Amino acid sequence: MTKISTIPALETLRQRILGDRENIRTTLTLCGGTGCRASKCQDVIDAVKRELDGRGFSETVHVRSTGCHGFCEQGPIAVVEPGNIFYCHLSPDDAGEIIEKTVTSGEVIERLLYTDPVSGEKIRTESEIFFYQAQDRHLLSQNKQVDPCSVEDYIAMGGYSALAKTLSGMDPESVVQEITASGLRGRGGGGFPTGRKWAECRETPGDEKYVICNADEGDPGAYMDRCVLEGNPHLVLEGMMIGAWAVGANQGYVYVRNEYPLAVKHIQVAVEQARALGILGENILGTMFSFDVGISRGGGAFVCGESTALMASLEGRTGEPRPKDVHTVVDGFRHKPTTLNNVETWANVPSIIENGSSWFSSIGSEGSKGTKILALTGQIQNTGLVEVAMGTPIRSVVFDIGGGAANGNAIKAVQTGGPSGGCLPVDKFDLPVDFDSLAAEGSMMGSGGMVVMDEGTCMVDVARYFLSFLQDESCGKCVPCRLGIDRMLEIVTDITEGRGSIEQLDLLEELGETVTETSLCGLGKTAANPVLSTLRFFRDEYEAHIGSQKCPAGVCQTLITYAIDPEKCNSCGVCKLGCPHDAIIGAKKQVHEIDQVLCQKCGICGSECKFDAIQVN
Amino acid sequence: MSEARLESILKGRRSQPHQLIEVLQDIQEQFGYISEESMKEVSGALGVPPMEVYSVACFYKAFSLKPKGKNVITMCTGTACHVRGAKLLLNQAMGMLNVEPGEITEDGLFTIEHVNCLGACALGPVVTENKSCHHHVSPSKLRKLIKSIRGAETEETPND
Repeated sequence: MTKISTIPALETLRQRILGDRENIRTTLTLCGGTGCRASKCQDVIDAVKRELDGRGFSETVHVRSTGCHGFCEQGPIAVVEPGNIFYCHLSPDDAGEIIEKTVTSGEVIERLLYTDPVSGEKIRTESEIFFYQAQDRHLLSQNKQVDPCSVEDYIAMGGYSALAKTLSGMDPESVVQEITASGLRGRGGGGFPTGRKWAECRETPGDEKYVICNADEGDPGAYMDRCVLEGNPHLVLEGMMIGAWAVGANQGYVYVRNEYPLAVKHIQVAVEQARALGILGENILGTMFSFDVGISRGGGAFVCGESTALMASLEGRTGEPRPKDVHTVVDGFRHKPTTLNNVETWANVPSIIENGSSWFSSIGSEGSKGTKILALTGQIQNTGLVEVAMGTPIRSVVFDIGGGAANGNAIKAVQTGGPSGGCLPVDKFDLPVDFDSLAAEGSMMGSGGMVVMDEGTCMVDVARYFLSFLQDESCGKCVPCRLGIDRMLEIVTDITEGRGSIEQLDLLEELGETVTETSLCGLGKTAANPVLSTLRFFRDEYEAHIGSQKCPAGVCQTLITYAIDPEKCNSCGVCKLGCPHDAIIGAKKQVHEIDQVLCQKCGICGSECKFDAIQVN
Repeated sequence: MSEARLESILKGRRSQPHQLIEVLQDIQEQFGYISEESMKEVSGALGVPPMEVYSVACFYKAFSLKPKGKNVITMCTGTACHVRGAKLLLNQAMGMLNVEPGEITEDGLFTIEHVNCLGACALGPVVTENKSCHHHVSPSKLRKLIKSIRGAETEETPND
């Protein structure tokens, strides 16, 4: 690929790519994201390519392996254009039929279509599927248009034109003003106004400045950053370049989780391609602007999502945060002014520049503009990535887009914001999803994780789960976080194991408030949220554990016993086979029993039994 | 052989202390763990005190100071997998292999691990077996998986 040495040459290249693709009649878009890969989509992609080979379709049929489409539950997924025909749960055996019928003659294969869970009808096109229809897929919809490893795809869909616009007439000051006017706030969790961050960094004197992309998505249960970086890496790069121009940086870094191998690979490929094209490096597009990007793989520490810890890690040290009396925009990476934004924040930048700040600020709610990608997971029908305008009520995300409960149980709560967030009960589901509304109720937006919980989830156990996660992840530098989380975990464990007392609940609240007020960094400051929010909204569950020694959800091991209902037991032996502790007795064709001495209460038998014969008491 | 591999990892990164984590990532990937010898070597090559190399290697979850079993089974215990019963899977694997997370089974065939999140939350519970990903895993699916790996391993062993 030859270097693009002027701004107009980018447009020429775009026209040439579009010209080369004029003969393409059919495009088969297959999701190749991490979710669909787990569903073995690569076999399907290979099979489709094999089927196409030798049929003389290479000029007219284009197969595109893309990033995540969001509807992971239905993977592997394919969309055939023209026609927008949506096929799901594909296997390699379907490849031949798709080519023969749909690609060759436009015939739709009924059995591969998505079935609407409410009406039971087959849905023909992607745009008719309610899961997609109810969303505002501004960022996610772009994933479908690009092969993440093809810079041509990105340029063809108008990529890098925001960079060209910036470099051909916008001075850094007006870029900052545009971002400020758009109302964009940091998508990583804090919700800090991006424009203000950029302005402060720009105003700080210094020749050496940095921009950093935080792709260390440590929140368990959230994967929107993985999806954007993996599916559309050039979009993130373009955002970083515009940011670098605005603040005056010549070097950037992407700090990405090593647990996301595909995202690491795709951003590496994107950086190499951009360098080869002259979009990264010295004198970008023939202008005076020079900028390059390095990639650093994270070591798997949750605390490194905190900006100062991330910068320490980027310098090759242990990821311990420092006090932020002086902001990182003044004293950041290598003690230089540094602008750090999250993946999704960077990804929003190009379209704000392209379409103007008023376009962006027209979407969303009063204090939170634009859209937000949410990872909708847990006990819900439609799991996957969902992008909605800020301010959409939780109810509409969970019940309309998510389709409600998965297994007939009633939905009890939604956990937002990961280990720093909180649990909100169903009667709070009218709250709009935006930064300020969630924070006002003791939860937070965080990076956008939304884990739906039903009757089978014990809220005290959830609090214990997050505390033990945070205890493990606390870097240990400051006392309130290191010891406070320890003590809170001790108390909550006491409660889940039947040793709790009512007085401990007040102590727990007091401890939580102290940890919040006195910890050094964001990890500690928000660590008590899961405890405080469950105490606030689900105090009755805590009290049931303490007063009547019962776990209402039947989760906390010490407080429950398992037994087999002789009426329901079919003597099939599946539970006996599954029990890792040999605690189930009974010969074939004989009602089984659980040996309470051997039983470790792991619950495996319950998950195995097809006849609902395992009782939790 | 291993010296040559270490050499190629260090190439172009000597005397650059900020490359420490990247170097350790590559060592972990190539050797499966970070040995005391390799830490000494890295310390000298990058100009970072041995204590600091050790402290970084201990701090991050990605690094293991002990070798792993031939097959690594990783359970995702992120929130989404947790509410869908990831704990059952961990219990199943621990009970079946009689080993704690991070340790090697007596026959050297297995190590079980848990990880905070693999980013495939919509498909939980998720388990990876030697980097190949399995979704919607139930205790019985996991049991079959472990059995099939064990079966393949015993077949491979020559009868002498």
